[in-house]
Amino acid sequence: MAGITEFGAYVPIHRLGPGTEGWTATAERAVANFDEDSITMAVAAVGDCLKGMDRTAIDGLYLASTTVPYEEKQGSTLVAVASDLSDNIFTSDVGHSLRSGTLALTMALDAASSGRVRNCVVVASDSRLGPPGSAFEKTSGDGAAAIVVGSGGELAVLEATVSVSNEIMDVWRPSGDTTVRSWEERFVQQEGYLDSVQKVVEQLAKKTGRTLDSFDRIVLFAPDARRHAEAVKLLGIARPKLQDPLFDRLGNTGAAFALMQLVAALEQASPGESILVINYGDGADALVFRTTAALAERRRDRNRGMRGHLESKLTIPAYSEYLRWRGLLSEDSGVRRPNLSGPSAAALHREQDQVLRFYAVRCHQCGTVMYPPQRICVDCRARDQFDSVRLVGEPAKLFTYSMDYIAGTVDVPLVLTIVDWENGARAVLMMTDRDTERIAVEMPVEVTFRLARSGGGIKNYYWKAAPLRELFVAEPAGV
Amino acid sequence: MESIRDRVAIIGMGTTKVGERWEAGHEDLLFEACSEALADAKIEPRDIDAGYVGGVSATQTLNRVLKLDYIPVSGMENACSTGADVFRNAAFAVASGMYDIVIAAAAGKQKDAGTTGIDMAGDPSTVGMEAMVHNGSVPRHFGLYATRYMHHYGYTFEQLKYTLARIAVKNHHNGTLNPKAHFQKEITMEDAINAPFIAWPLGLYDCCANIDGGACAILARPEVARRIRDDYVLVKGIGLSSGWREGRMSQKYNFTMFPENVAAAEQAYGQAGIKDPVAELSHVQLHDAFTVNELVDYEDVGIAPRGKAPHLVKEGYFEMDGKIPVNTDGGLKCTGHPVPATGLKQLNESYHQVQGTAGPRQVKNVRYSLAHSQGGLTGSFSSLVTILGPRD
Amino acid sequence: MNGKVAIVGMGCSVAGVRSQCSQEDLLVEAGVAAIDAAGITSADIEASWFGCTSVSANHALLNFSLKLGYTAMTKVSNAGATGADALRAAYVAVASGAYDIVLAAGVEKPTDGGYSDFAEGDPLSMGSSAVGADAVVGEFRPPVHSALYLTRYANAFAVPPERLRSALTKLVTRSRRAGARNPKAGFRTPVREDEVTSSPLSVAPLTVLDCSQALDGAAAAIVCSVATAKRLRRRYIVVEGLGVASGGLEGRVKQSYDYTSIPETRIAAERAYAMAGITDPAQEIGHAQIFDLTTAAELLAYEDLGLAPRGKAVEAVLNGDFEPEGRIPTNTDGGLLSNGYQAGAAGLRQLYEAYLQLTDRAGERQIPDLRRSVVHTVGGAVGSFTALVQVVGRPQ
Repeated sequence: MAGITEFGAYVPIHRLGPGTEGWTATAERAVANFDEDSITMAVAAVGDCLKGMDRTAIDGLYLASTTVPYEEKQGSTLVAVASDLSDNIFTSDVGHSLRSGTLALTMALDAASSGRVRNCVVVASDSRLGPPGSAFEKTSGDGAAAIVVGSGGELAVLEATVSVSNEIMDVWRPSGDTTVRSWEERFVQQEGYLDSVQKVVEQLAKKTGRTLDSFDRIVLFAPDARRHAEAVKLLGIARPKLQDPLFDRLGNTGAAFALMQLVAALEQASPGESILVINYGDGADALVFRTTAALAERRRDRNRGMRGHLESKLTIPAYSEYLRWRGLLSEDSGVRRPNLSGPSAAALHREQDQVLRFYAVRCHQCGTVMYPPQRICVDCRARDQFDSVRLVGEPAKLFTYSMDYIAGTVDVPLVLTIVDWENGARAVLMMTDRDTERIAVEMPVEVTFRLARSGGGIKNYYWKAAPLRELFVAEPAGV
Repeated sequence: MESIRDRVAIIGMGTTKVGERWEAGHEDLLFEACSEALADAKIEPRDIDAGYVGGVSATQTLNRVLKLDYIPVSGMENACSTGADVFRNAAFAVASGMYDIVIAAAAGKQKDAGTTGIDMAGDPSTVGMEAMVHNGSVPRHFGLYATRYMHHYGYTFEQLKYTLARIAVKNHHNGTLNPKAHFQKEITMEDAINAPFIAWPLGLYDCCANIDGGACAILARPEVARRIRDDYVLVKGIGLSSGWREGRMSQKYNFTMFPENVAAAEQAYGQAGIKDPVAELSHVQLHDAFTVNELVDYEDVGIAPRGKAPHLVKEGYFEMDGKIPVNTDGGLKCTGHPVPATGLKQLNESYHQVQGTAGPRQVKNVRYSLAHSQGGLTGSFSSLVTILGPRD
Repeated sequence: MNGKVAIVGMGCSVAGVRSQCSQEDLLVEAGVAAIDAAGITSADIEASWFGCTSVSANHALLNFSLKLGYTAMTKVSNAGATGADALRAAYVAVASGAYDIVLAAGVEKPTDGGYSDFAEGDPLSMGSSAVGADAVVGEFRPPVHSALYLTRYANAFAVPPERLRSALTKLVTRSRRAGARNPKAGFRTPVREDEVTSSPLSVAPLTVLDCSQALDGAAAAIVCSVATAKRLRRRYIVVEGLGVASGGLEGRVKQSYDYTSIPETRIAAERAYAMAGITDPAQEIGHAQIFDLTTAAELLAYEDLGLAPRGKAVEAVLNGDFEPEGRIPTNTDGGLLSNGYQAGAAGLRQLYEAYLQLTDRAGERQIPDLRRSVVHTVGGAVGSFTALVQVVGRPQ
């Protein structure tokens, strides 16, 4: 039977929290920067998950999200290319439900079990928007989780899955709307959430004979902390077995939430544990995993995962800043001329290797690495004799920078950088996820996939520089 | 190869008043600049054999404005050094013997674009790094050099800001002596140092403004010039070097200098026979779109040792009464940056300094004057260095 | 300048919707071929002139693509004549003695804009300042301009519509036949007469097949003094005449402007022939490369270039004068009708065919015993153009 062979996650660095002026909730929420969306977070999570692995072995990718950028056109192909996966893969978007994360995981496990795919990435990523000031806004967060599914070397194997469905208008978003709507609160809780999770637990017992006390860890999706507590009480789950739902540090990350908690559970689990995942949305899913001995061999510091991402953060100084990021508070003075049309689809397609995969080239003759890819070597002038070298994840530092206060962008000052890689490549990049007080010449930087200038109905993505995430670890690891 | 030295003469020049010229269109500015140059040269439009203009879609505008009867007109562009390159191509046309009298002109109508400061728009066919480089404001590109210069030579932030402020204060002072300047007021060191950041580490007074203006030069072979006026000015050398985005791709590029400036100056000095710029140049016009450019340019054109320009700035070396007065017209800082015309505007000041007609700004005993233009962005520029001198 | 300047190597990209190529790729394709043909290396190039009407193709693009180091580079912009004007600047610089070996290159990548005709974003548009009449002119698609002349021409010389149509159709079928024999052409299929006449109207009376389309492409030339060309020991051609004339929008303001001729072409041709010592172009020129943005533009150019008597172009065309086996084979590469319109490269691409013909490299298109070609390029819009006429020939 197929199982989970690797996992990783992504949590945006920014937090709304007690340190944010004008933010009234007590809990901390992780929120996407203005240049992040479900696609970029998915790319970051896949990057974290596949760190150091052979990407050519991946032959499938499922993207689970309720917030992909296009109604028609896949997000999974974009994530696959930006993650430098092969073109010879199966891609699919799974959406329209908060349950899409576990649905995608189930489908991938089925595909792997049947032998249709060998190594399939499941990535769940979401950035849902609530009306400003709403309770929804105070409890939801943004983030992504990525899991590789395959046979051989499993860290956890699937033992059982059960689903129930429930046709109900409890929480929904009509096509074309940007914010989520919901029906009256007691209805949503009673007829929706509690009813479905109770039913799926009953079905699980009926099918497998297992009761909740037989699991070592339980991941339980809930819209927020209060409803989570109600469900725990109703189902009678013993507190020590409950996976921390992270409502105080992350917020409800929608379609990504259950898988992010599963990744956190796997990071903490020992071999031989039995883990139950209960997810909700238009019904409920229950997935039962058992960790294997191989989990003990996995190095926990091989990637950042949930822990590494959660412990590094930057508090947004003011709630109004967050509203600007989401376009909910326009500070456009209206005096600038409008942007020109969007990027050329032909050019985007042609330059995919340099723009999305972020390939540089290395000269066969003299070994010089250069970005963007050249036809003639910058050093020895050799023609068309190059190998591709991907710059993502390669060590790099900041050569020089400036901070533009009149750029007219959302992130004033816009930080322009010259980035030098240890392998010899150089690029001009914008810097994101930065604290302007802590930028310095020669500091280590990494690159991260972000939204760039868009127009003409085309979302345009490109790589930006960012300080190494570990610069923003507030407390020593292990707290 | 044959040096351009003494084979091309300037017989007239003109510039418009620069500024927010809401009342004037592109053609009006072109007309104003060309009329002044024609009056200066005391010739009529019909005497002109060929034209070179700066900017897009301007070739037929020149003939329309001056009612030139089907003369050949070429359009040239070289970013912010367009005006200087138009002049260079016109000089080649004269030197080739194909034409007797050639006009080089350009006008920038930046204020029709609806932007202030220096702004650029993108083009859809550029994606990835190039699109990113070309979107947004220009000053950030030059902040990169200021940051690295400071780091490389170990200057403190305060020392850097002091040096740049001294350059801005100097150029503002010079601007008060120029009736055609956009800004004609003195500023204090405090004004400059405490100004809001535009592109850290550059502040408001470190940046010039994109504004409207035009400029024109009329060139002729010396034997033709001799028949027209006694005080024509000779071209002694022209160097142009264009970058190839080395700074964006190669770690060998160090962001403390502009290699294009160095190469262009070398070519121009070679043609002019100048061995020791400090001893032989009487006056210099540098492309101070940003004060940091002027700082780095001192070193690039060889009038300050590498890394030492801040010391010379502190001494007042480049001020009106200093060893080598730089940007006596107020520089781009005060005369603004009507992009296609700026290079010709730089040459205009050099022309008048050599001719001895610079009025209250006149530097004493000018022999050789250097006019510099630089266009481009991060890691790739086109630089022109032109040396003018008196007729013998 | 006559006889002093040589073209010692040229390169030209395949024209077409080159979606897989960027401007840089096209420049490398053409530039490397030119450098190799000249038997030099990129380090020998001292200065270059670069034609391209795209605003994003900034001054660095050519040096960057070909890694020309910190050499001098100027971007040239002269509407449809941009590529030809880049050549002219290179000729002038070499003639002035300022440089020994220079490069003129041009590229255009219109299909990245998502259009193949000239809809919005037209490279001819006047920019943000254009208001009133200029804005109106800027919005016209190029065929509109030549149709204005054709209407007046047919009226002035009383050309019956059917006869006019036959002449235009003959130009299309001839050029597309030539394009089919040119491996670098963008359209390599011949068209039949009935296909031309039954194709949809573009701008009456011109059909879609009467008009060239915007295609991607690049071309490059290595220009040097004749003395240097001899030293390089490669086949080269010599610039015998160069004429340029620019309008001042006369056609939009003066009633004496008659719309049966492009005065800029006429004057540029006179200047070029005078420099080349040509007194009877119809006799002394063996091959013509004419700027056929439309068949109407080509038709009028025969008269303006002195290759057909005034008012007799239709007759000359129908007589087969400009067919491959005719008196003056014209657009033997297929013209813009087969190669598309690339403002930055057009004049260079047209010269490329003359270069191939005069160095005996035109393969099955080769014109026997050819001594001299005229190359004609025009940029601009109704009532005001810049025309460049080059006369090139074999070394003496």
